[in-house]
Amino acid sequence: MRILSTQPRLLALKSFTHLACLLTAVGAFYLGITDQLGGDPVKAIIHFYGKASLNLLLLTLCVTPLSRWRREPLWLRLRRLLGLYAFFFASLHILSFLWFDLQLAFALFISEVIQRPYITLGMAAYLVLLALTITSTKSMQRRLGKRWQQLHNWVYLGLPAIVVHYYWSVKAYIGEPLIYFAIVFILLWLRRDKFKRMWRQRLSSSMK
Amino acid sequence: MLIRSPKASELTEADITDEAVYQQRRKFIKQLAGAAGGVSIAAALPNSAHAAGWFGSDDDDVAAPRQTLKFKPQARAENMVITAEKKAISYNNFYEFGTSKDDPVNNAQKFRTSPWQVTIDGEAEITGRFDYEDILKKVSLQERIYRLRCVEAWSMVIPWVGFPLGELLKQFKPTSKARYVAFETLVDPEQMPGQRNAWQGGGIDYPYVEGLRIDEAMHPLTLMAVGMYGKTLPPQNGAPMRLVVPWKYGFKSIKSIVRISFTSYQPPTTWNILAPHEYGFYANVNPKVSHPRWSQASERLLTSGGLFDQQRVPTQLFNGYAGEVAALYNNMDLSKDY
Repeated sequence: MRILSTQPRLLALKSFTHLACLLTAVGAFYLGITDQLGGDPVKAIIHFYGKASLNLLLLTLCVTPLSRWRREPLWLRLRRLLGLYAFFFASLHILSFLWFDLQLAFALFISEVIQRPYITLGMAAYLVLLALTITSTKSMQRRLGKRWQQLHNWVYLGLPAIVVHYYWSVKAYIGEPLIYFAIVFILLWLRRDKFKRMWRQRLSSSMK
Repeated sequence: MLIRSPKASELTEADITDEAVYQQRRKFIKQLAGAAGGVSIAAALPNSAHAAGWFGSDDDDVAAPRQTLKFKPQARAENMVITAEKKAISYNNFYEFGTSKDDPVNNAQKFRTSPWQVTIDGEAEITGRFDYEDILKKVSLQERIYRLRCVEAWSMVIPWVGFPLGELLKQFKPTSKARYVAFETLVDPEQMPGQRNAWQGGGIDYPYVEGLRIDEAMHPLTLMAVGMYGKTLPPQNGAPMRLVVPWKYGFKSIKSIVRISFTSYQPPTTWNILAPHEYGFYANVNPKVSHPRWSQASERLLTSGGLFDQQRVPTQLFNGYAGEVAALYNNMDLSKDY
């Protein structure tokens, strides 16, 4: 199977990820500005970027179980890039809402974030992604030490929050959010041992 | 208000290709394609319409092509921006055909609207089942250009063709007990995938039902629409006949009506059953009463154009028709009776 050695294969995987993500983002934007996204290009682009972000985040959480299953440690080195693109699309999602939907009405933006629980929750999840993005570098990882992992475990709260944000935002049709709930459940269930460990550590540290 | 002065490059009515010429040309191209293919791919496919569809969107798939209507046109202000027809007929909420905005246009094209009958019942002297054609004979069609304000905080400006609902209702001689008018949409799971399958239909208990107080129903602005943009309604927009109540949110404008009942009680309405805290019976457009999940103080006007060609305009009380309809709600608290 392994025709190429590790480095070129990693380079290929990363190039593919960059290309796919950037082309997707730019392509959707192009269709949007040329009015090729249906009746309401604004809603279309907001939803598209939001879902792209969610899908990428799910993919990020698939990396560890998949690489263990296939015994393919190389995939782990793709995880950070996928996470960063999840943040990138989440930023585009919010920016499109502020710019194209609210027409840069900042006061309205802030009041909507405060008043609408589903937006508040989405924003909270975005702040988690922001924190993970800022601390994604090797030097930050070194500097934070043990706390780095603690911080990055917040993704296990951020991800369900994003799905609830999606679920709350839909009017009647909950089929798709339910599918996402199921996927999130499976991804978290695969990590049940890790959560048990975390829980025990907490208990023991609180007893000391 | 957006004021547009046409550029020299913009097309005028005179530039529009005659529809007959256009159709003929398509037929010719298709025949050519069929001939060139010999035993063409079209024949090999279970539904040959698919192959024809490769030549772009295809009006031949439509069971009942839209007919041109005769009506009294409304005078148009020069700077009036009407929503592009393409947007108005391809961006629809019609859960019977699916919950996403492009489901109706994709799933409704084979919807049969003829023969069509409407049942009139309840508190009226004349009741029964009436053929759609007979109903049309008794009214005269006119154009009404209304802003359709959706509860989702967008709006479109649509040239409807129809007749005042009151003109029709009076013919059935409602009795003094008739205080409300209830409406029902067709139930036909065979034609409407959303009614076959709760996943596709948003979990709504069909038939879709709506209602108006009788004075609202009799108001001269309340229109029973049978057409838009000069032609009969496309199925995704509620063919053959739908309600248009311009000072209320769009979901009050029930589509593909098969039943009109005069009632002594306030009838149940679909969205109110589904989420009473979000959608009231009255559903009057009101910038001061926000939807729990978004503000109603402003709206995006969908006319045409992409992401950089958007307008957010302040929402007006009763969608700008306060002068005509505010008196209907004189003694009501509109934040409670939303």
